[in-house]
Amino acid sequence: MIKLIRRRLAVAVPVLFATSVGMFLLGASSPMDPAMQYAGAAAFTTSPENMAELRANWGVDDPLPVRYLRWLGNLLQGDLGWSTTRHEDVAAVIGARAGWTLLLIGITLAVVLAGSLLLGTIAAYRRGGLLDRGLRAGAYAVESMPVFWLALAAIAVFSLALGWFPAGGLTDVRATGTGVGDVAHHLVLPVTVLAVSQTPWFLLFVRDSVAESLRDDHVLAARARGLAGRTVLFGHALRTALLPFLTLVGTHLPELVGGSVLVETVFSLPGLGAVSVQAALGSDFPLLAAITLITTAMVLTANLATDLAYTAADPRVRIDG
Amino acid sequence: MADLALARPRRRTLRLRSGHVGTTLAALVLAGAVLAGLAAPLLWPLDQSAIALDNIAQPPSLAHPGGTDDLGRDGLHRSLYGLRVSLLVGLVAAVVATVIGGLVGGIAGLLGGWPDRLLMRVVDTISALPHLLLGIFIVAMLRPSLGAVILSIALTHWLSTARIVRSELLSLRTRPFIDAAIAGGASRARILRRHLLPHILPKIALATTLMIPHAVWHETSLSFLGLGLPPHLASLGNMINDGQRSLLTGAWWASIVPGAVIVMVTLAIAALAARWRDRLDPRVRAELNL
Repeated sequence: MIKLIRRRLAVAVPVLFATSVGMFLLGASSPMDPAMQYAGAAAFTTSPENMAELRANWGVDDPLPVRYLRWLGNLLQGDLGWSTTRHEDVAAVIGARAGWTLLLIGITLAVVLAGSLLLGTIAAYRRGGLLDRGLRAGAYAVESMPVFWLALAAIAVFSLALGWFPAGGLTDVRATGTGVGDVAHHLVLPVTVLAVSQTPWFLLFVRDSVAESLRDDHVLAARARGLAGRTVLFGHALRTALLPFLTLVGTHLPELVGGSVLVETVFSLPGLGAVSVQAALGSDFPLLAAITLITTAMVLTANLATDLAYTAADPRVRIDG
Repeated sequence: MADLALARPRRRTLRLRSGHVGTTLAALVLAGAVLAGLAAPLLWPLDQSAIALDNIAQPPSLAHPGGTDDLGRDGLHRSLYGLRVSLLVGLVAAVVATVIGGLVGGIAGLLGGWPDRLLMRVVDTISALPHLLLGIFIVAMLRPSLGAVILSIALTHWLSTARIVRSELLSLRTRPFIDAAIAGGASRARILRRHLLPHILPKIALATTLMIPHAVWHETSLSFLGLGLPPHLASLGNMINDGQRSLLTGAWWASIVPGAVIVMVTLAIAALAARWRDRLDPRVRAELNL
């Protein structure tokens, strides 16, 4: 297990490093000038001497490697920089929003797992039946819908036509704090849309692997012993299919993060995804780079964690590096 | 001695079986979309910056089958042009991504040993990166443009091709006909050209086709976020973004029409690719594994 961690880190750290170099080079080649960006409209009235002093203070004209090492050093020491569009500390921007994104992704993941395991198992049990065919057709259809379009359709139906749920935001405009019930009411549509858009892949996977393990000998033996159908299905067939499923959850996390960016934007949720889009529109390098790097590191860690859980749960499996 | 009678393979008759109806439909949709995209500038030219303020937010009618948006622009007409851009971006980006992935996978599969292990581990790690965020970063720093969008898709979508090419090469290398070719004195270049490439190329082509829907979604996502094409140019993502504004005033068609175009075309491409995969490799069961 220690070996697995060490071998993973041996690749993950260089890849993260290369990503940071690539991002920094892209940021440096971008036509945006941080000093001009900082000064805003005042750049037209500020004297060239003052601007030059500003540039010298910030060291924006230093050679590339110097700037890169300074940026990386600051990042490693926990100084994420100063957002040029929000005029706020990047760490403060991220700190205020990361929780909402984690909440959205966490609830969605729970819904997706529960839904796909239950529906996929039933579909596998009744292969070729109406439910199976309906679910698969629905899964293919949903897979080809962009999640933001699904979100808009949901808003059109459930908020505008039926008026059941609010169309966006995290709290009611009249609310003074973040009440649990209020937030939950606002999160129903985003979570549902994100879950529906992510479920097809999981559902089809569960269906196929349960259908396969239903043909296994130990399932046949359980049947022969006269165990109840439900016990065989959930206790034997699903259990065999569960392990490979768990490790694939880790590999699917990047999709979930991408989906949350789009869903947060459509529903105007104050999460990391929505703020990274605003940062991108304003070419705010410090904020965007910090969010991208932190999210990347988190996804890599989650991947490692699922693989560790997998090796712990099934000693037969040795994941190679 | 009795003749060894082999059943003659029966000629396929041109009759649609139940499983083929979907494929035929998909082929028709795709052919229609491509033809419409190619013919549109000749038959139904669009002035990208034209607006008609006397005709805003009209629901679908005979004159405007896709309705008009909040600037009076015809929804169907602009969707057609958006589809042109999306398919073009999707195709180019998928080809570029395939070239990158093919090279990496080819090197890994041909060399084997530690270069293979190293490259594949790097591929695994990169595939764990949140690719939409990386794509957003690339586009934001290069300023939104067609080239930046294509680059952002290509740099984040080459991994699956690298995996496919590498595993195909590894499994081909152990097959007897390669041993026979080596024993016959064939050079490495000849083995690659005559024996390996003909086996791999169809799979690469299939992987490229399967990637086009993904590339189209990535492009429309970026455009939707305002990070794709300039806002006045018709693109499906831009139109859905504009439609979000009109949605609150009840003009649902402004975002539904371009979205339906995306869904129909990407579903058609995916269905055709799945059918193609069944023909290439009948052992793999038909599954639209998107």
